[in-house]
Amino acid sequence: MSMLGLEFMRNAFMAGGCIALAAGLVGYFVVLRNQVFTADALGHVAFTGGLGGVLAGLNLLAGVFGSCIAVALAIGALGGRGRGRDIAIGTVFAWVLGVGALFLSLYTTARSAASGTLGVSVLFGSILGLQPAQVVVGSLTGIATAVVLLLIARPLLFLSVDPEVAVARGVPSRALSALFFVLVAVTVAESVQAVGALLIFGLMVTPAAVAQNLSTRPWVGMALSAGIAVAVVWLGLVVAFYIALPASFLITGLAFVLYLASHLARRMSRIGRLA
Amino acid sequence: MPEPGPSWDVVADIQLLLQFHFMQNAFLAGTLVALLAGTAGYFVVLRGQSFAAHMLSQVGFPGAAAGVLVHVSPVLGLIVFCVGAAVGIAAIGREVDAGQRLESAAIGSILAFSLGLGFLFVRLYGGSAQGIYAFLFGTILGITDRDVQLTFAVALVTIASLAAIGRPLMFASVDPDVAQARGVPVRMLSLAFLLILALSVAITVQIVGTLLIFALLVAPAASALQLTARQGRGIALSVALSLAFTWLGLALAYFTNVPVGFFITTLAFVFYLAVRLVKTRRTVVAPA
Repeated sequence: MSMLGLEFMRNAFMAGGCIALAAGLVGYFVVLRNQVFTADALGHVAFTGGLGGVLAGLNLLAGVFGSCIAVALAIGALGGRGRGRDIAIGTVFAWVLGVGALFLSLYTTARSAASGTLGVSVLFGSILGLQPAQVVVGSLTGIATAVVLLLIARPLLFLSVDPEVAVARGVPSRALSALFFVLVAVTVAESVQAVGALLIFGLMVTPAAVAQNLSTRPWVGMALSAGIAVAVVWLGLVVAFYIALPASFLITGLAFVLYLASHLARRMSRIGRLA
Repeated sequence: MPEPGPSWDVVADIQLLLQFHFMQNAFLAGTLVALLAGTAGYFVVLRGQSFAAHMLSQVGFPGAAAGVLVHVSPVLGLIVFCVGAAVGIAAIGREVDAGQRLESAAIGSILAFSLGLGFLFVRLYGGSAQGIYAFLFGTILGITDRDVQLTFAVALVTIASLAAIGRPLMFASVDPDVAQARGVPVRMLSLAFLLILALSVAITVQIVGTLLIFALLVAPAASALQLTARQGRGIALSVALSLAFTWLGLALAYFTNVPVGFFITTLAFVFYLAVRLVKTRRTVVAPA
């Protein structure tokens, strides 16, 4: 049986590729702008929002997208008021997950055991079991996110690298930051389908970190990050097809191996330069 | 399962709560956990290591799953993985600084990989969805007699070592430079505390799960530190809050069939929020 003869594999390649493209590009800026933990927090929100959406009789995706965008806008509005708030943030997001656990148990008791795995697929991804509608939504939003990001990439890069000069030159910093937050939220919501709410780092942050280890040039880095994200997802799917291991584990695992390799390579080249 | 519901008769409620062996175990383990988490948590907040606690607990997920996979107690797996991660953290860098760009990317990558690994282990032994939720969000079911014994041993060793190093640790946490100058072995102490933290995380995960560790290990201590600057009182308050959250959470979970993690995080969150609000109003009146 050929791999691409199966519809669910074609769906996974298509949606996974588009989502990975967006995750790699947006993730590059997430790492550059030091907003890694925003992405993590949004992943937690996505879990609770998705289950809340299902409980309220809406669509899972509607819940995931809605809650992520709302929270991203809220974080953006509160602004980066100083650091050292990690305790407050940690307590809030532990509570958000606690509420997610509540929704999960309400949902499972309401719908009998058959739906007990819904939470697992939100937490750890369900790329091999996407519904046709999810494939369309995932692919289109993935491509749209990537396009919007590329359109704003130049001023966003300027703003991220040297905010003061950028503002002085008339870059609309608030609007741009808000727009970027929305892009992050949409990307997180998409990635939940591919690798799950808990493993978002593996798709959004790890490829970007690899890219930053390999190149300091921004455009090269962006291309590398997107390329690595897509490659890791596709490769993960191929491996998952032949040996029955969870696809999300393979995707994050491959990304992690690449990260270790790139880290070593950077060390070696630094030692080489010193010698 | 509970047939008669809770009433206003507290004694009858407690009898109802403790009529089953699994609830006795949950309360025993929960009490030990709260004692330890309240004490260790105080130092965690004082030393600004809440992020390390978060990290250690997430590394615990594959540990617990691996424990089940090789047919030992999940607590044992948790202990091995958490202690391993603590040694790793100590070896890699003295401070895990969440503010550094590449470092936070590295930590994020490790966490995603670690959670993925846990998922793989669960799949390898054919675990159910409920099993995964229990690891992630805590459970009041399935704490065995062996787990209680192990928890007791760990809590005993950890609290004893904390008591032994408490005084210099406090000094080293509050003012590391002066402590160093006075000949306090600051590095040794921070390694020792990291190990204590790893053990505390490992047994706390049993009750609240990997993802909700903040609620028991950080939030009570953070509230206590907001309320009093005195150390003895702060630790006592932190322990009392941990105990209250755990007992109330377990009781509510028993009577409602809703996951215990939800109640414990909600109690911790509401209390912390209330303390912060009171604090803010006071500082607005009289800026400190």
